[in-house]
Amino acid sequence: MEATLIPNPRDTNATILLMGLRRSGKSSICKVVFHNMQPYDTLYLESTSKPTTEQFSSLIDLSVMELPGQLNYFEPNYDSERLFSSVGALVYVIDSQDEYLNAITNLSMIIDYAYKVNPNINIEVLIHKIDGLSEDYRIDAQRDIMQRTGDELLDLGVEGVELSFYLTSIFNHSIYEAFSRIVQKLIPELPSLENMLDNLVEHSSIDKVFLFDVNSKIYVATDSSPVDIQTYEVCAEFIDITIDLDDLYVENDKNKNESNGNNNSTNHKHVRNAPTELKSISHLSNGSVLYLKEMIRGLALVALIRSDERKGMNGVEEEAHGMVETIEEIDQDQESNQEKSLTIIDYNVSLFKESLMKIWKHSKLVQADQDVPHHQQDNPHSFHE
Amino acid sequence: MSSSTTSRKKLLLMGRSGSGKSSMRSIIFSNYSALDTRRLGATIDVELSHLRFLGNMTLNLWDCGGQTVFMDNYFTSQKDHIFKMVQVLIHVFDVESKSINKDIEIFIKSLTNLQQYSPGAKVFVLLHKMDLVQIDKRQELFQIMMEKLQKISNPYHFKLIGFPTSIWDESLYKAWSQIVCSLIPNINLFNNNLIKFNSILDAEEIILFEKTTFLVISSTASIKSQQKQIENGSENHMKEPESELEELDPKRFEKISNIIKTYKQSITKLRTNFKNLIIRGSDGTNFYIDIITDNMFIMIVLKDNKEGNRSIQQQHEELLILDNIKAARKWFEKIENNE
Repeated sequence: MEATLIPNPRDTNATILLMGLRRSGKSSICKVVFHNMQPYDTLYLESTSKPTTEQFSSLIDLSVMELPGQLNYFEPNYDSERLFSSVGALVYVIDSQDEYLNAITNLSMIIDYAYKVNPNINIEVLIHKIDGLSEDYRIDAQRDIMQRTGDELLDLGVEGVELSFYLTSIFNHSIYEAFSRIVQKLIPELPSLENMLDNLVEHSSIDKVFLFDVNSKIYVATDSSPVDIQTYEVCAEFIDITIDLDDLYVENDKNKNESNGNNNSTNHKHVRNAPTELKSISHLSNGSVLYLKEMIRGLALVALIRSDERKGMNGVEEEAHGMVETIEEIDQDQESNQEKSLTIIDYNVSLFKESLMKIWKHSKLVQADQDVPHHQQDNPHSFHE
Repeated sequence: MSSSTTSRKKLLLMGRSGSGKSSMRSIIFSNYSALDTRRLGATIDVELSHLRFLGNMTLNLWDCGGQTVFMDNYFTSQKDHIFKMVQVLIHVFDVESKSINKDIEIFIKSLTNLQQYSPGAKVFVLLHKMDLVQIDKRQELFQIMMEKLQKISNPYHFKLIGFPTSIWDESLYKAWSQIVCSLIPNINLFNNNLIKFNSILDAEEIILFEKTTFLVISSTASIKSQQKQIENGSENHMKEPESELEELDPKRFEKISNIIKTYKQSITKLRTNFKNLIIRGSDGTNFYIDIITDNMFIMIVLKDNKEGNRSIQQQHEELLILDNIKAARKWFEKIENNE
């Protein structure tokens, strides 16, 4: 029992603990995010009786451990101390449609305990199932839950704990957004990644760029411009479409490679027949371009390139031409400009990929040298100085 | 001139109430997602929709509400209005229906009327809501139902074409693709040109899609299998590409329709539409989806087996293919405009 419950400290995985009262929606979250299950199908999930673990690798290896809600972790047969000391983040799920007073009491007791054992732990609270609440009520619920949790913690005498709250639902992309933020906190290389993406945006007339984990649609990093949820959705769906189409002609080609039936293990495919990385480009009728390129370790870079910015890049020259030339010629002009800027982006992206590989190697070296189980809680900056 | 080239096709969509007729129509022709169809209410009487398809073809889809009150009306007072000049009857059966006898009774009634008013019509039978049947029992159930229905319709001299369908997978696209294809008059011209185009590009396969619905109009694979049937294996030169293609997923056309439609829907969030999509696959398969005429998209699948400097080669190849598509455009536009 213990062996399955406690993550092996030798394991370099950063662990995210998923906790909450029973029926708060923990298993549904796991199934939707990591197994691409349809939200409606999660209605038929059975109650979880054993802790279950989801593995996934982004730039670092992560595992999400889900704990059954009905158990009491303060019973002596659970080695709660080792459990809490070895995890990077604790995600507590509160059902916002249910009476949440019990959940808040439970949460503050867990925080009290976990924080004493491991003061580096990130504590995240998902105010879940908000799809059933009206727009105004969501804010009220959030304020109420934050207030009450604060009061409870004060009563317990816990101070200085930083809590993050997220409003989530599995019926829209808010759960992915929340998980993206949570995962990002565990990646020590995040600031340099963001810097690199910002650089990419600046030199390539890109509107928005995401670094996605292909399997779960969680984004590991993005540039510093604000995240527009619609752009995120389109980019996430673009990955699905690319992979689905690619799979149609890969999986059945049994002569060349044994299809393993696993659509999303793009890095597996790589090992088998190394040559090309998955890449897809789509021109939209408003002049924008969707751009996807496979990176390392199941990551993919997806960018939205807007047309108006490209005009700015070619600036005055184009406008002057436009006065004389016919419409068709302008069209052609724009097309060739698009080709050019895509070539530039291709080049920049491959540079980005190279540095990504460097970062990854570097972080692995550090792990081997220090052999610290929860390196991910270190100050992110310390790695790069 | 234009009015004479425009051909109107009347399609009847019939079946008992709740069998999923309006859901089908909304998914295929109105960009609904399968979940959205929950919001559809009962159809009152007949709901007419006129859909332009491939430019000069208009589909008049008569979605006939299936409640008994309306049904009785169709077979009595309105029967000449409903059953006159019908090109296609699409009859929908709910596989979960409790009263199969009643379903069949109505089917017989509509066949009787159809024989009287438009004996040349094609009859399609859709066994709908197949997702509610266990996977291993679907094929068996479908066969039993089809045999039974064919037996029933024999006295009326109609040859039934049946499909198992569900709004939750790609089977719906397969069925509608075949229904609509049976109405396209110059399909052979399309096929011939497609084969020619393929011989120029040396592609793995080429598929033509209708633009708004993304139903498959034609594909090199289906043409080749047709030719093979005609030749009946007497000539062997077709065999080689054929055996290659047989390894591919037989449901791929419907899946592609489904995927691209999802993509189109997803793109609407950016308030735009897509012009083309180029994918360089992970094992050297390249995909090009581009506009070929005002009403059609083309999808070209290329297998790239060359060694050497891939990236440079690919870039050249990509431009070459796009130029080829551009060049092919005018030919396909000509066929479409019936010139």
